[in-house]
Amino acid sequence: MINSTASAPIAAWIEGIGILGPGISSWPQLQALFTAQENYASAKTVVPVAELLPPAERRRAVQMVRLTLAAGLEAVTHSRLNAAALPSIFSSSSGDSQNMHAICETLASSEREISPTRFHNSVHNAASGYWSIATGSTAASTALCAFDGSFGAALLEGLGWLATEKTPILLVVYDLDYPEPLRSLRPVPDAFCAAFVLAPQRSENSLASITAHLAVDVSANKLHVPELDNLRKTIPAARCLPLLDALANSRSESVVLEYIEQSSLIVDVQICR
Amino acid sequence: MNPLQLSYFTLTTCLGAGLEANLDALREQRSGLAPCAFETVQLDTSVGAVADLDAVVLRADLAAFNCRNNRLAQHALEQDSFAQQVETALTHYDAARVGVFIGTSTAGILETEIAYRSRDAQTGALLNPPQYRYTHNPYSIADFVRRYFYLQGPAFTVSTACSSSAKVFGSAQRMIAAGLIDAAIVGGVDTLCLTTLYGFSSLQLTSSQPCRPFDSERDGISVGEGASFVLLEPQTAVASDSILLLGVGESSDAYHMSSPHPDGRGALQAMQAALQQAQLTPAAIDYINLHGTATPNNDSAEGRAVNTLFGAQVAASSTKGATGHTLGAAGGIEAVIAALALTNDLIPAGVNTTHLDPQLAIDYVLQNRQQTLRYVLSNSFGFGGTNCSLILGRQPA
Repeated sequence: MINSTASAPIAAWIEGIGILGPGISSWPQLQALFTAQENYASAKTVVPVAELLPPAERRRAVQMVRLTLAAGLEAVTHSRLNAAALPSIFSSSSGDSQNMHAICETLASSEREISPTRFHNSVHNAASGYWSIATGSTAASTALCAFDGSFGAALLEGLGWLATEKTPILLVVYDLDYPEPLRSLRPVPDAFCAAFVLAPQRSENSLASITAHLAVDVSANKLHVPELDNLRKTIPAARCLPLLDALANSRSESVVLEYIEQSSLIVDVQICR
Repeated sequence: MNPLQLSYFTLTTCLGAGLEANLDALREQRSGLAPCAFETVQLDTSVGAVADLDAVVLRADLAAFNCRNNRLAQHALEQDSFAQQVETALTHYDAARVGVFIGTSTAGILETEIAYRSRDAQTGALLNPPQYRYTHNPYSIADFVRRYFYLQGPAFTVSTACSSSAKVFGSAQRMIAAGLIDAAIVGGVDTLCLTTLYGFSSLQLTSSQPCRPFDSERDGISVGEGASFVLLEPQTAVASDSILLLGVGESSDAYHMSSPHPDGRGALQAMQAALQQAQLTPAAIDYINLHGTATPNNDSAEGRAVNTLFGAQVAASSTKGATGHTLGAAGGIEAVIAALALTNDLIPAGVNTTHLDPQLAIDYVLQNRQQTLRYVLSNSFGFGGTNCSLILGRQPA
């Protein structure tokens, strides 16, 4: 065996959080749910208008773009960093499922010409592209997918970035629900997006520091609120919710998040006080 | 960032399966593009199709992954003894500390496209539903490779359109440097499908003839398919004359979803970042494998960026006239072509191009050159304004 490097695990400081999902409108509201100051009320995900985009792009801004922009901006605003200077990692299992459905319907019809906008929106990095246009960020940006483990993929990529490039980075993890007939094959119930600004060192804004490593055959943390735990189980991007629960309750602890197959990510949370 | 070595690599394109077939075609300045006869597609365009993919049978335990994209992946993995060599190399590693990062733009979406043709008249349900997880989902290709080698470490697909399989090198490099993994299998796989063929056609970005990068008459791309794989490891003392990954530079245009910044702003930034990481000056680069898709705007933007940084001093060509534009696989394929150029001291000419665009003042190579090469830069850019440049080098013996 080649000895793995025994260096200290890479720490990431959480500088900002943004979130949108079914019955979840913001990070402060999710904190209220996790700290039992508010009861969870089931509702469809509400996605705001993309004010930040130039008018031509705003008109074309589909749900996927508005969802990721809103949660991403909440996290960046919370971090007090400049969006234009932040590199970004977008990760999603679905990409724009609604757009892909429309393209497949057109391609199965007698008139196969798909709309140019639908085509350029079909790339998995469309959210990343719109984000860079909206914020004017020319920094590196990537778009990942690891099926149900797409949050874990983004976190690992983010830790690699922090360790080597040593600049803060934005993580945006999202999924959209599929229309039928794909919904039967991939029953994601609704749209969800979580965004995190991570930094390589502590600032006065830091909420917590985290380190992460992979482990095999460890059960993932469950959530006390059954409806939120159901989101965790049914929307890949929502697998990060146990981490947000620990942050909301200021608990320094080890959180186990499902990654892929038998692999889990063990995230050690240290709350900054 | 310490250099990584490309311990083993392979590629399969319309030029042929494996390194030798591709090298022979490059030496002969041959194009693999032919009029499109793919599936039920009726478009006046050329494509770079890989032969005999329907005959590939996936390993029994991976049968659920059956689709053109994964068949191409397995076909490519088994060229050049790549899979065997990697299996042997992997015995030195903990399976949980080997990463798998693969680029694709459309994975096995073709399966879903075809499934949509047969739906229940009443309910709209698919009569022959695809294996969504193992074919359609972008992760299917990374999952396939991870299982092929029985690995348990970090794995994901990078899907940033046409820069996808260039960016996987950056992910691997950072995760190895961070100590999260010890080695990585990276690569890119993309196959012909209706979404990309009709999509590029709708944008009027496909040419009716084999594509002509940097030609004054260039009028669009030829879509291709292909795969490449690389085992990336920390540089070992024993390997001399090995090919090294020296620099990765990434940027965003922040300009438009499907058109590059006209001055190639993002391209310039990516090339500069790669040079900075490799600690090289532009003059050190011996050959640039251009993104060179042959659309009027793409080549113009890239030509300006290359001219700004390198003038007309550095030999450059696009190999997409030979392979077609393999989209999410292009970055990985062209990284392996860069490695072939370095090991064979070959600057491959751009084929199909006859009248160089005088507006693009770079040293675009129209005849193969045989000369000692030390450093090669490879560009990959894509929709959404994503840019990635790689620098590979040869460790002197």
